[in-house]
Amino acid sequence: MKAEGIQAAAWLLIALPLAGAAILLLGGRRTDRWGHLLGTAMSLGAFVVGLAMFVQMLGYGDEERRRTVHLYEWFTVGDFTLNMDLLVDPLSISFVLLITGVGSLIHIYSIGYMAHDADRRRFFAYLNLFVAAMLLLVLADNYVGLFIGWEGVGLASYLLIGFWQFKPSAATAAKKAFVVNRVGDLGLVIGIALMFATFGTVEFGEILGTGAHHVGAVQQISEGTATAIGLLLLLGACGKSAQLPLQSWLLDAMEGPTPVSALIHAATMVTAGVYLIVRSGPIYEMAPDAQLAVTIVGAATLLAGAIIGTAKDDIKKALAGSTMSQIGYMVLAAGLGPAGYVFAIAHLIAHGFFKAGLFLGAGSVMHGMNDDVNMRHYGGLSSVMKITWATFGLGYLAIIGFPLLSGFFTKEGIIAAAFDSGGTSGTILGGCALLGAAITAYYMSRVMFMTFHGQRRWEEDVHPHESPAVMTVPLILLAVGSVGAGAFLVLGPFGHFLEPVVGGEEHEFHWISAPGVAAFVLMLAGAAIAWLQYGARPVPRQAPRGSFVTVAARKDLYGDAINESLLMRPGQWLTRLAVFFDNKGVDGIVNGLAALIGGTSGRVRRLQTGFVRSYALSMFFGAAVVVAALLAVNA
Amino acid sequence: MNDFPWLSVLIAVPAVGALLVALLPRGKDELAKRVALGLSSLVAVLAFVMAAGFETGGARHQFEETYDWIPAFGVHWALGVDGVALTLILMSVVLVPLVMLASWNDAERYGGVVAEGERAPARSVKGYFALILALEAMMVGVFAATDVFLFYVFFEAMLVPVYFLIGHYGGPQRSYAAVKFLLYSLLGGLLMLVAVIALYVQGPNTFLMSELGDLDLDPTVAKWLFLGFFVAFAIKAPMVPLHTWLPDAAGQAPAGALVLIVGVLDKVGTYGMMRFCLELFPEASKWATPVVVTFAVISVIYGAILAIGQVDLKRLVAYTSISHFGFIVLGIFAMTSQGQAGAALYMVNHGFATGALFLVVGFLIVRRGSARVDAFGGVQKVAPLLAGAFLISGLAGLSLPGLAPFVSEFLVIIGTFARYEAAAVFAALGIVLAAIYILWMYQRTMNGPTAEAVAGFKDLSRRELVVIAPILAVIVALGFFPKPALDVIDPSVQQTLSRVQMSDPTTTVAEKGARP
Repeated sequence: MKAEGIQAAAWLLIALPLAGAAILLLGGRRTDRWGHLLGTAMSLGAFVVGLAMFVQMLGYGDEERRRTVHLYEWFTVGDFTLNMDLLVDPLSISFVLLITGVGSLIHIYSIGYMAHDADRRRFFAYLNLFVAAMLLLVLADNYVGLFIGWEGVGLASYLLIGFWQFKPSAATAAKKAFVVNRVGDLGLVIGIALMFATFGTVEFGEILGTGAHHVGAVQQISEGTATAIGLLLLLGACGKSAQLPLQSWLLDAMEGPTPVSALIHAATMVTAGVYLIVRSGPIYEMAPDAQLAVTIVGAATLLAGAIIGTAKDDIKKALAGSTMSQIGYMVLAAGLGPAGYVFAIAHLIAHGFFKAGLFLGAGSVMHGMNDDVNMRHYGGLSSVMKITWATFGLGYLAIIGFPLLSGFFTKEGIIAAAFDSGGTSGTILGGCALLGAAITAYYMSRVMFMTFHGQRRWEEDVHPHESPAVMTVPLILLAVGSVGAGAFLVLGPFGHFLEPVVGGEEHEFHWISAPGVAAFVLMLAGAAIAWLQYGARPVPRQAPRGSFVTVAARKDLYGDAINESLLMRPGQWLTRLAVFFDNKGVDGIVNGLAALIGGTSGRVRRLQTGFVRSYALSMFFGAAVVVAALLAVNA
Repeated sequence: MNDFPWLSVLIAVPAVGALLVALLPRGKDELAKRVALGLSSLVAVLAFVMAAGFETGGARHQFEETYDWIPAFGVHWALGVDGVALTLILMSVVLVPLVMLASWNDAERYGGVVAEGERAPARSVKGYFALILALEAMMVGVFAATDVFLFYVFFEAMLVPVYFLIGHYGGPQRSYAAVKFLLYSLLGGLLMLVAVIALYVQGPNTFLMSELGDLDLDPTVAKWLFLGFFVAFAIKAPMVPLHTWLPDAAGQAPAGALVLIVGVLDKVGTYGMMRFCLELFPEASKWATPVVVTFAVISVIYGAILAIGQVDLKRLVAYTSISHFGFIVLGIFAMTSQGQAGAALYMVNHGFATGALFLVVGFLIVRRGSARVDAFGGVQKVAPLLAGAFLISGLAGLSLPGLAPFVSEFLVIIGTFARYEAAAVFAALGIVLAAIYILWMYQRTMNGPTAEAVAGFKDLSRRELVVIAPILAVIVALGFFPKPALDVIDPSVQQTLSRVQMSDPTTTVAEKGARP
């Protein structure tokens, strides 16, 4: 159905931040004075538009909530017409509100956080560019539009990770993020090509169907094709969402300024993979094997990320490991099909609040600690940074699944859904999710204790202080979300709201259940162990050597080492060999042949150039003569 | 309006201009530059006025002119453009004035590259600009020719200005590079010449494409003739393993001239494959397709790997082009609407994207006196606009969505996949390798601490901005709105496909739907 009213202006959502980015980048230094304000205004403007569209949608019946906006025809080649269309439906509007809502808070926070950076304007330009690309990603009505947004957020991520590009580590991390993401994008591109060859279109409506009364073309394809498409899309999701085996870039991405880590590498961009899988649900429902692969990737990553999180002393990297792990939960849920979709999205949104809050809290701590990120240098900060402590603490309780806070509802839902999926696989997946919950409680408690409690381990010249209001107000608002979002999403009408998109399974929340009790007990156990290690005992300023698990976790479970030995070194070797071969082999043969034809023994390189030149020119004129002669004869 | 001999005028203006500039007295360099720039701008304006009269979906060839040239051998001065030729001509005439403006101050000095201990001798300025004008005339001619012999004449004649641009205005090893270029091209030219003559002897004694439509050649003869044309085009394009002249030429030629050599001239190779190989010898083309597709995929990957390993900026960009030419050839021989339209659009987009890269590289070389990657470092800090232009050009080179080259690369990949799945999958590896060679190059030159030799760099001058900004604007515009270009290209592609008697593969779902 065509969009009406404010929804027909959905393009504004993308245009506002895009215009902001363009003005700030093209305007140059002239816009330095007010650039951050314009950037923030554009993001807030998009949020207001998104909110209005949401309210309008609530006025529609369930079946009328899927609306499309035709922007323009991109091109027509042969029988293939590609339109730039936007899709406004409950799923995309949920993302719009998350992206513009949390995004605006992070814009506001950045006004304070980046106040002393000479390039603050450029920072806001890139943030705006990100918001525009991310909105295109979730609003596009076909896979190509989605892909443009998909690589657009990758570009913004590249620019923002490398924002302090004069630091070689930042530049390398930025490049790594882009290249690893491109490996995933390869899957997405080939997946789109396969869909084009299969369906002759890449539009969501045609392929996936538009609701209960209209099934998509996907119903007509074989399970093998559906599996292939599903696995290719999964590869794309792994890259963007830092899931195994394409996880290695996310930890390095923490080189970027902290608001970037909060917005892009925690709350929004990295969840794009989950969006892709949930959006493509009808394809996965045709392909049980692909679904199984999705759940395996999710379960493996939720454990790997959590284990990495336990050993990091860098507060941002501990949180990055946590992000990997939490997205693992979402991917796991998305792999469970309609039973898991609502929990995947609910956890995604709740996570957007509490993880953005945690990262911004970490940024607030760094702000007060002269940008030191090592938690072994923190300690006892609760007394000097009360607001940061309180908001971070609420985010902490939310993520470990403390009863009644956000994570309690959303994570519990995923664990229960995993067990409910039945069979051995259900038990294993549920077990992984439970174990992950225990480790989450452990590493997050460790972060909490090392940072805010225990004895003060600060450097002498550090004078921690609370951050200004422009930073703490967003923290407080995000904390409200961390507390309430889960209950609102899981107990409220959110499941019913998403139903037209993700299928109509019952999503009842059981207050008391076996997995729920187990998760609660494991959470307490994890937190208790952390207390014994980091709360009850003094934390050494130097990291102890640690067991082999700790060492492995510090090295990101050898993800980089594996990539280096399997891909990078052979790649470098291959490149060198190819360069040598091209210079000596291909070119050598050609030079040799040329010399041979020239009737000389030396190589062309050594010939008197004057001689060669006249030789070549005579050849050219010779050719002309031959033409003339042949023509004459023929005539 | 359509009786006006647009195409002849587009050839005559720069050709006469070249003579005029060359005949100017010594010491009138400034005047020579102004005349050349003025005339090439005029050509650009005329070309766009002409293009405004092009009827999408009208006759295949428009603005046709046919005059007898050598009646005894059926040779005609026959010109006309279809959508593919038109877009290529428009791209060429846009690039020429910008290239002139880019080399305004350094044409005579190797484009700035100086060898150890060698002082750059000043070369004739008016000569450089006269050569570029002459080249422009031939570029228009070669894309507009609808007579095979006339095409051949332009094809060969182009070598002369390019030879002198490399051999006279190039770096320290310019002679070697120029001769190598010439030998390769002559070899290809001779093969094509033999094929052209044999075509005349075997065919209906004419060279007009319009009359060569239904050639009834013996299959074996057709295969040999196809090869004659194809090898000449594969050298020009260039495809692995016939590519080794390009990196050397790129290493030595001035950056401005490279925009035209790689951005425009090399397209004559891929354009020739589409226009002459496929349309004159459809059966032979299909016969050769498996081998051609294989070599195209090899070019994509091999060129990209070699690009990663380069230490010279100009050679690096040259190898990326070999990879991109692989995509173009792949799209042409996939023989699907999407593949060929993608390939045709790719030729245009690559001209702009690689042109932008070479121009920015030229700006860097002029500032530093070296083209080596490790001669730079941390430029972003001192010259943010220059770095920004370099980044956008680079991102176009890695086909970032939102920029023009993505559209064409995407079309080539889906168009190829529909017929040759494995080839498309292997070629798609090129998108990962492209990220590596572009971003690694960018990181080494622009990021990190500012190198001492770079610290004094000035940011883009007004003249440089005027050169690069329009190209980047075109790249962005065609990225978001490729429809105008593809609307012109698509009908020509459909004609070519019907000539080869190929239709797009049916989709799996459509096939099923056909069953009861």
